[in-house]
Amino acid sequence: MKSVAVEVLRYRPETEAEPSFDVFDVPYEDNWMILDAINHIKDQVDGTLSYRWACRMGVCGSCGMMVNGKPVLTCATYVEDVLPGPVRVEPLRGFPVVRDLVTDIQDFMVKLQRVKPWIIREEEKPLAEGEYLQTPEELEDYKQYSMCINCMLCYAACPIYELDPEFIGPAAIALAQRYNLDSRDQGREERMDVLSQHDGMWGCTFVGDCSVVCPKKVDPAGAIQRYKLDATVDWFQSVLMPWRKR
Amino acid sequence: MAKALNAGYKRHYPKWHRERVPIFWWLRSASYVKFMFRELTSLFVAYAAGLLLVQAWVLGQGAAAHARLLNWLSHPAVVTWHVILLATLLFHTVTWLNLTPQALVLRLGRWRVPKTVVWAGHYAAWLVLSLVIVCLFVGVA
Amino acid sequence: MRTVNHDVLLIGGGGAGLRAAIAVAEANPELSVAVASKVYPMRSHTVSAEGGAAAVIRPEDSLDAHAYDTISGGDWLCDQDAVELFVREATEEMLRLEHWGCPWSRKPDGTVATRPFGGMKTERTWFAADKTGFHMLHALFQTTLKYPPISRYDEWFVTKLLVEDGRCEGAVAVELATGEVHAILARSVIMCAGGGGKIYPFTTNANIKTGDGMALAYRAGAPLKDMEFVQYHPTGLPFTGILITEAARAEGGWLVNKEGYRYLQDYNLGTPEPRPVLRSMELGPRDRLSQAFVGELKKGRTAETRHGHVVHLDVRHLGQRTIDEKIPFVRELCMKYEKIDPVKEMIPVRPVVHYMMGGIHTDLDGATPIAGLFAAGEVACVSINGANRLGSNSLTELLVFGARAGAAAARHAADAPAPSQSVLAQGLEEEARLQERFLDNRGGRERMANLRKELQDTMETSAGLYRDEPTLKAGTEKVQELKERFHDVALEDPSLTFNTELQTALELENLLDVAESVLHSALARRESRGAHQRTDFPERDDREQPAHSLAYATTGAPRIDYLPVTITRWPPAERVYGEPLSPTSDPVGGSAPPEDGGNQE
Ligand SMILES: Cc1cc2nc3c(=O)[nH]c(=O)nc-3n(C[C@H](O)[C@H](O)[C@H](O)COP(=O)(O)OP(=O)(O)OC[C@H]3O[C@@H](n4cnc5c(N)ncnc54)[C@H](O)[C@@H]3O)c2cc1C
Ligand code: SF4
Repeated sequence: MKSVAVEVLRYRPETEAEPSFDVFDVPYEDNWMILDAINHIKDQVDGTLSYRWACRMGVCGSCGMMVNGKPVLTCATYVEDVLPGPVRVEPLRGFPVVRDLVTDIQDFMVKLQRVKPWIIREEEKPLAEGEYLQTPEELEDYKQYSMCINCMLCYAACPIYELDPEFIGPAAIALAQRYNLDSRDQGREERMDVLSQHDGMWGCTFVGDCSVVCPKKVDPAGAIQRYKLDATVDWFQSVLMPWRKR
Repeated sequence: MAKALNAGYKRHYPKWHRERVPIFWWLRSASYVKFMFRELTSLFVAYAAGLLLVQAWVLGQGAAAHARLLNWLSHPAVVTWHVILLATLLFHTVTWLNLTPQALVLRLGRWRVPKTVVWAGHYAAWLVLSLVIVCLFVGVA
Repeated sequence: MRTVNHDVLLIGGGGAGLRAAIAVAEANPELSVAVASKVYPMRSHTVSAEGGAAAVIRPEDSLDAHAYDTISGGDWLCDQDAVELFVREATEEMLRLEHWGCPWSRKPDGTVATRPFGGMKTERTWFAADKTGFHMLHALFQTTLKYPPISRYDEWFVTKLLVEDGRCEGAVAVELATGEVHAILARSVIMCAGGGGKIYPFTTNANIKTGDGMALAYRAGAPLKDMEFVQYHPTGLPFTGILITEAARAEGGWLVNKEGYRYLQDYNLGTPEPRPVLRSMELGPRDRLSQAFVGELKKGRTAETRHGHVVHLDVRHLGQRTIDEKIPFVRELCMKYEKIDPVKEMIPVRPVVHYMMGGIHTDLDGATPIAGLFAAGEVACVSINGANRLGSNSLTELLVFGARAGAAAARHAADAPAPSQSVLAQGLEEEARLQERFLDNRGGRERMANLRKELQDTMETSAGLYRDEPTLKAGTEKVQELKERFHDVALEDPSLTFNTELQTALELENLLDVAESVLHSALARRESRGAHQRTDFPERDDREQPAHSLAYATTGAPRIDYLPVTITRWPPAERVYGEPLSPTSDPVGGSAPPEDGGNQE
């Protein structure tokens, strides 16, 4: 059986002040993902290794880690694709590390709530009147942004977020756009109030790596730039045509 | 327990580790370097804009002043510098134009204008504008 | 140990838990609601559901038709009052989710689109491309964020239900990030902790689906109903067990053996047609399709691969456009995990453990026999799924019974007395148990991964697609042995901070209990019905009224009781697939519009 050296960043807050690397020699098969290799370590070598994983099919968003410096879903990255090794596995960058490969993403959960990711309407249509009509084209308008699995890879790729953790960040803005562009929603202005604040969309300087690493092709960078364009148009309208409602 | 407890550890209150951001964080990947370079080219864009204003102002100061400026501009060092400047401006423009389809979503009725068309449209506009300016200059000359 | 107080506690933040939380918040905004989940809610396994969710919406469909498909699909083990209620409330629940922003796929006129699904006589499965569960879960989760009374306890692992004098008054949970043990006290508790497919080695279920909720309720004294019915989905990718959704067949995919022959025609499932025919061939029910695979295996007509025997799912004739539009995730999964492109190649598939029809015994309001304890979702058994769940009924079930359990728990919480402080003693006991049994436990010799593997392999051999008495007996003995060996488990991690080894140990403990209940229920049921096929009792027992099994925990082997199935209008009959039911012989009597679907009993 083939094998590869895997360097895993360990952090044990109860016994150590600083993280350090442990190196494991892991046998693998050609259809193994990085996650399989990590599971092998936990099951057979060191049961104390801590990390998150669940669905193993790239949709729950739990198993994001830095592999050789790049944020990836470990359940969707073949060992073969990062050879010859050693393969370096670290927790997602930009987040506080709770332990080993487990990061704290509470910050995102708070930000997500701040952008009001739900349908906002002045008036609810009664259920008895059936669904809101939405053509496939209207669905297409926001579909891409609705594919976000909250895996946090985009945050790990974003140097702005790393430098300034206040920045609301790629996925949260993409999800705000997901609702703004939904034909059933009327909450665009409320969300604009949140996102035009100093830590909102203007924090983004368009590095663009978030869209490169996103495993679901959400294109958060695009979402942010569209948002900026919208905000600019809104602003001009309010200056040039103050009588018109935003 | 085998190992001694971390002195800073309080039961149920683990201290989370925060990695310090290195000063040269932008050397970590090619795309960050490119990003930093692009940000840098903004300065060049500002310089070019300033130069244009200076030229316009000098024109108003009479022929002698203008001749002096032209003289300065044709100095080999300045020419070299301006060739580099042109390259950075082109880089800035091209990267900017390449990003437009990501930010701009156009629709005509039900039809969403494809990204390639948005992209090509911008290049076409750039070309046309440049041509108009060139024509103007040629006309004046 | 710390204590937090709420009116209603939800254990689980999957589809059922979140729907129930909103139901409580809407029923009575005065009540404080807690959602405790061992993973962030949007990581719950509802996220992986692909194909769709069923509810009558088309004018030519009828509630009775949905009910009949469900009941016949469940081999007459469904409670028919539950099914009638389910189909009646399904549409409104699905519309509500539409109003909450779920991106259902649409028809060109903007109305919700439907697709055919296995065992359904007409198109009634709503879908969001082939990521239905993902979109439903995220829509639900994001919607819960707007309700201030809902507090979340993310990554809190519940280890015990607090029950005193037959009343459930809360639960004990470990906060994973800090290792702190909390007692969450509540007037009503709703268990929504999902299924336990991980008792098997090869499953579409996530690593987190370890039957915790079932085990917790079982230990607390609630009976587990119909546990012997475990669904194998006919089309899983070999090695990973990743599901290839039934939608692939609904859109027209074919199942072929190694000779390229559509073998289902040999198993009384109809005659092959180029286009999909409802309730026929590839659109037959899952139990029958998975059993047909075993038939092919015996005949030597399956293809052998590195990861066992497979048949092939062929979708090539659908063309790239349909594949990309209707089942893009299937293509994504095949390319990523199998390195094949279904546009050009056939997909290797084999039956894979997918869903547990059984679960905590509840009534139509999700109430369990323990006062104050409710259950909904895959963890519960109402039962609308009987001996074999129809694809796309589960997601709808989460909504309908999540909402009902939420409303009932809210009513209960309004009247119930505050939890007695005496339950806290149990909490302290549990805290001490966790410390002594797991964190301080050193010198054990049994590797956890090996115990788990042995358990899973035992379940596959003893309680697989086909069962018989000797292997089931052997299985029960083996599980008993594993339970004893579990006492000697090797643990290395004394840490309080995100101790995943502790979590894995607690999960293994739960898996063992769930496996035990499955084996004993299967051993006791001496007939073949739906997903429970006994080679020593190959026929369905129609001499008596069908009955649910109820497994009760005892100090030794579980006690198995029976409860008659509720039958309202559809007496047990033969399950017929593959023959187009003519309008006259149609047992559901034509296609009345949904409004007057004839639900008068
Ligand atoms: C791959 C796949 C595809 C499917 N496709 C379909 C489909 O197309 N149509 C359909 O109708 N059905 C489908 N199903 C079935 C359906 O998705 C599930 O039955 C359903 O999603 C279960 O939802 P749930 O809310 O009951 O549980 P889950 O979504 O599993 O949620 C369980 C929750 O409980 C929490 N929990 C568990 N244990 C503990 C504990 N000890 N402490 C604290 N919290 C705990 C978890 O954190 C989680 O939040 C599919 C299933 C799978 C696996
Ligand atoms: S936008 Fe993409 S990378 Fe970012 S969290 Fe969502 S899915 Fe992950």
